Parts: sequence; C-alpha cells; structure tokens
Amino acid sequence: MKLRDIAVSLSLECKTPGADLDREVTGGYVSDLLSDVIGNAGEGQVWITLQVHINIVAVASLKGLSGIILVNNRTPDEDTIRKASAENIPVLTSSLPAFELAGRLYALGLG
Amino acid sequence: MNDRCTEGCFFLTGKDFTNAGAASSNLKEILESLGIRPDIVRRTAIASFEAEMNVIIYAVAGMMQYSITPEMIRLVIQDMGPGIKDIDLAMKEGYSTAPDYIREMGFGSGMGLPNIKKNADTLNVSSVYGEGTTLEFIIYLTKPSQEGP
Amino acid sequence: MTLEDIRKRLGAVVLSRNGDMTIAIEKAYCADLMSDVLAFSMTNSLLVTGLTNAQVIRTAEIADIKAIVFVQSKRPDIETIAMADEKRIPLMVTSCSMFDACGMLYEQGLRCEPDRSHSNE
Repeated sequence: MKLRDIAVSLSLECKTPGADLDREVTGGYVSDLLSDVIGNAGEGQVWITLQVHINIVAVASLKGLSGIILVNNRTPDEDTIRKASAENIPVLTSSLPAFELAGRLYALGLG
Repeated sequence: MNDRCTEGCFFLTGKDFTNAGAASSNLKEILESLGIRPDIVRRTAIASFEAEMNVIIYAVAGMMQYSITPEMIRLVIQDMGPGIKDIDLAMKEGYSTAPDYIREMGFGSGMGLPNIKKNADTLNVSSVYGEGTTLEFIIYLTKPSQEGP
Repeated sequence: MTLEDIRKRLGAVVLSRNGDMTIAIEKAYCADLMSDVLAFSMTNSLLVTGLTNAQVIRTAEIADIKAIVFVQSKRPDIETIAMADEKRIPLMVTSCSMFDACGMLYEQGLRCEPDRSHSNE
C-alpha cells in the first residue's frame, strides 16, 4: 500500500509538497519516544506521533521510514517542514487521535 | 459541603521524579473527601498535576498552596527556578523548553500550561526570568457544569 | 469488552496483584506523553503506552484511567507496580507493538472519544 493511498483513505493533509508519497508502506509504528523509534521501528513503516519538533525528521531518515503522520491536529514546526522537504520525508497530519488512526490503518491491512 | 475553608500546603522538590505527582494525588483525595463534584475534582487534579510537574521538571524547589471554600478552589504554585522567558510563547500548545531526557520520560510535550488554562476558570502566570515562577488559578464550585458543544 | 477480554486478545500478562479484571472498557487512548493523556481526558478508559515510569501511574490516577497496558514487553519496576496496586489500577504487559495493540483493540470495538466536560472551551 502506498502512502498516497493511505493519505486519501484517511483524509490526511500533506504538509510537505514535493515529498514522495508513492513509497510503499510496510507497516505502522506508533510512539512518541524518539529512543524507542530509533531502537525498534522498521524500514518503510509509517510513524504515527504527536511530536512536532525537528528531531523527528532525523529519526525518520535514520530508520528509513516511509513518512510521519502527526495526530490530534498537531502541526509541524516550520523548521520541521523545511528539513522534511529537504530530506524527502513526507509529513502528513490527521485530526484523529493516534489510537483511532492506528486502528484504521490496521484495518486497511497494515497490521 | 460546610462553610469551612480548607487550606494546606505541599512542598515540592525539584527533580524528585519518584514523588512527582504525589502532591496532586493527595489534593485529589482531599477534594474527594470533601464531597466535591467529580468533574471539578478532575479539572483541579489535572491543572494541579501539570503545575506540579513543571516545578519538578524545571525548578529547584517550590510550594503548592491550596484553599478550598464552598465557592472556589484556589491554588498558588510558586517555585524557585529558571522562570519563563516568554509567557505567551509558553502558553502555546506544543511549545516546550524541555531537554531531551525529560521528553524521554514522557514529559515536555509543551501541553502543561495550555492544559492548566483549559481546566481552570482563571489563571495568572507571573515570572521573573532567572528567579522563579508563580502560578495562581481558581476553579469555581458554584458555576453549573457546562457540557461542551 | 472487559479487561480480561483485552488481556486475552493481546496475549497479555497481568502484572498487578489486586486489579479487577472484570471492569468493562469502552474507550482507549495510546500515548507516551503524559500531558497528552491529560489534555485528551477520557474517564473510564484504558491507556496503552510504552512508558513505564511511576508518572504513568500517577497520570492514570489523576485522569481517572481504569487500567494500563504496556506494549513491546516493557515492564515497569517493582515500586511502580506496587504503586499501581495501591491505587487499584490493573496493569498488563503485551509483547505486541503499540500499532498492533491499538489495531486489535480497535477491531474489537474500542474507541477513542474525549469527554465533553471541559467547561472552559
């Protein structure tokens, strides 16, 4: 399943125009603790979090994640968007809380 | 509820994460024992907890004074700590000055002051940068419970 | 679903000694940031988290959360479990990831809907 398909299915808003939404998503990872994501997230997974600061981009790049979805209507910081665009890490946002978003993604078959 | 005023004070120690939240937990029990409405207890407990956590995370030490009358619950939380450089910025959701180790403990998401504001009826934040911060907030007992939209 | 149903679905192990596993749960919230839990505030819900320090228990108590599930086999220390026992908050741990745990519980009908009791909004 491509990130683009997920964005459409779940009405996600893309904050990084130009970033590659055609990546294949291998699964989902939910965590707000950076050390946990660094230790355990898998390549190609889409990361669901409400951390909006610039460090999330470095973590996503490091782990080869397919993108970041910010939940609870969180908006990424300006410098987060800039860095994410530069590193081709799509950042999308959702009004849903993480539990609901994860639930729906899991139901789409990402589990 | 009777006409008494219940007052008290908790001392807070900076970086004492083992006991972080204990003052608010005790306050919650006091409110419950006074028969205060559950939604009021909850709002007070949340606001108090956020204020307490700010003292423990950022300050050297602090004090939480409470006074409960039939009309209102008033909390004053004073600390000796770094103070807040820009209060308006600190009130923004998601804005945080927390160092990484604090974020790894599950705090520092920048929701503390906004959470207090959301739950209290009045909030006053005063601070001297480099010296400390005082938070004062009131939750009224006599307003009717308002359901959200 | 009850806490016991949740335990079975997640293949979880109960850590607490005197938690009531027959409590019915309708709502769930997943978070690793405590202020997030307090901001969202759902009473009588289940918290799914990867954070195992004592503040999780205190936050749960303040927020009237009924039980906590720790994911990825993360276990709190003995003192934290004892605190939860004292406050009668059942604790469970599952080897599932947060994503899978939420997915499975959502599939079983648990939802995430905030209370509407904030009077200042």
